Amino acid sequence: MAKQYVSATINGEQAEFLCETQQTMLDVLRDVIGLTGSKEGCGSGDCGACSVIVDGRLVCSCLMLGVEAEGKTITTIEGIAQGDKLHPIQQKFLEHAALQCGFCTPGLIVATKALLDENPNPTETEARYWLAGNLCRCTGYAKVMEALDDAAAKETADAPA
Amino acid sequence: MSTLSYAAPTTVDDAVKLLSGASGLAKVLSGGTDLLVQLRSGRVRPDLIVDTKKIPGIIGIREENGGFVVGAATPGAVVEEHAGMKAAWPGVVEALDLIGSTQVQGRCSLAGNLCNASPAADSVPAMFAAGAIAVVVGPNGRREVPVEQVPTGPGRTSLGKDEFILEFKFPVRPARSADAYLRFIPRTEMDIAVVGCGINVTVDEKGVCTAARVALGAVAPTVIMVPAAAAALIGHTLDEATLAKLDAAAQAAAKPISDKRGTVEYRIKIAGVLARRTAAIAFDRAMGKTNGKAH
Ligand SMILES: Cc1cc2nc3c(=O)[nH]c(=O)nc-3n(C[C@H](O)[C@H](O)[C@H](O)COP(=O)(O)OP(=O)(O)OC[C@H]3O[C@@H](n4cnc5c(N)ncnc54)[C@H](O)[C@@H]3O)c2cc1C
Ligand code: FES
Ligand code: FES
Repeated sequence: MAKQYVSATINGEQAEFLCETQQTMLDVLRDVIGLTGSKEGCGSGDCGACSVIVDGRLVCSCLMLGVEAEGKTITTIEGIAQGDKLHPIQQKFLEHAALQCGFCTPGLIVATKALLDENPNPTETEARYWLAGNLCRCTGYAKVMEALDDAAAKETADAPA
Repeated sequence: MSTLSYAAPTTVDDAVKLLSGASGLAKVLSGGTDLLVQLRSGRVRPDLIVDTKKIPGIIGIREENGGFVVGAATPGAVVEEHAGMKAAWPGVVEALDLIGSTQVQGRCSLAGNLCNASPAADSVPAMFAAGAIAVVVGPNGRREVPVEQVPTGPGRTSLGKDEFILEFKFPVRPARSADAYLRFIPRTEMDIAVVGCGINVTVDEKGVCTAARVALGAVAPTVIMVPAAAAALIGHTLDEATLAKLDAAAQAAAKPISDKRGTVEYRIKIAGVLARRTAAIAFDRAMGKTNGKAH
């Protein structure tokens, strides 16, 4: 079958691409559009390294077809910073050294963003359950939790009253 | 060269025509959390994918004649945010909530969980116990099928190749009715049930059970109804004698296999224990004692 034409909003910009049915959204992001921030750890929904936000919902881009993006609004790790300015979540991950190799980090940051958008002050239990689908094989999760807590506190403090 | 086609029809008729007209294997796509994994591993090699999500009503929840109708492809996260479903069917909602991670919840659906037909599918014992009805559409129109008649074996269903599920109907709740679902896994998140148990009961003012449905997962080639376990509950309060009978009936119905998650003996024993615990939660909820989460 000929490639299909898909039009979506990616990180606030109109994006148009051609893809084959079996290409996942992750394949499209990395290999067609050139947004290589989202990582493929497993390709089977287990690790969360490919996490993106689609129409406000956190999903694994490896479990979504590229053709399903038609008409959708998608945020990837590349859309988290505001221009050159890191998002507070990214800043806190750096300050708390919540990464070693960094492979899981884009997914963790996108997942943390989706959590704080929905629940600005999560309890530790809520945050740990929310991130249960993001696996890190180097750093462990203690520093991630510290960074998340600190980012939540900073966002709350910075929020307009 | 790729031969896999994709279509996202916007009406039931168009979807049925696509499925009927497909020359090779056609697969219906809801959230894709099973289908994409199987595509990638080569376990299924379809020629056509029919994405149903653009069909109006297939995502979303509405009230109809006092009951709830849940669109077949509604993501788990959407069902969990629905206060009405949570109040009426806490067991179905907690079972669906157990599927996968936050990311998987953003996509996974009741129809996909049922039609993937895994014996360990978490929402399925809860749907069986609820007495949910699948509204199946196909070339001959609509038919209503009790969910327990959908799975026929691991990975197999009773649906024709040109049929799919449009929505699920959850019946009207009599007073003092509630359901619960528990699964047993060796860890707290992200694992597949060793055994799952869904129980749905109605009780009178004194706590005597007047109606019950019990279903078990992961103890047979499909999720199973256990009428003997329901019979052990009906006409009784949940005292120790009733619990013992329920436990025995659940164990007698369990015909599991041994695998890396548990042996036959272990699964049978767990089936009884889980039935006890699940019944306790369902009865408490029905009596209005708690309405919290079981997990
Ligand atoms: C990381 C991970 C963790 C998981 N954890 C769990 C778990 O804990 N418990 C559990 O039970 N499952 C689990 N699953 C499996 C899966 O998420 C569930 O089975 C889910 O409910 C499938 O729904 P879906 O909408 O994604 O289905 P899809 O992948 O879209 O479809 C699954 C099957 O159903 C068919 N189908 C889909 N919609 C329809 C329809 N409307 N009519 C007829 N047939 C249809 C498809 O053709 C396919 O064969 C997990 C999966 C992943 C990737
Ligand atoms: S690459 Fe998508 S979850 Fe691992
Ligand atoms: S930092 Fe290496 S996997 Fe998390």
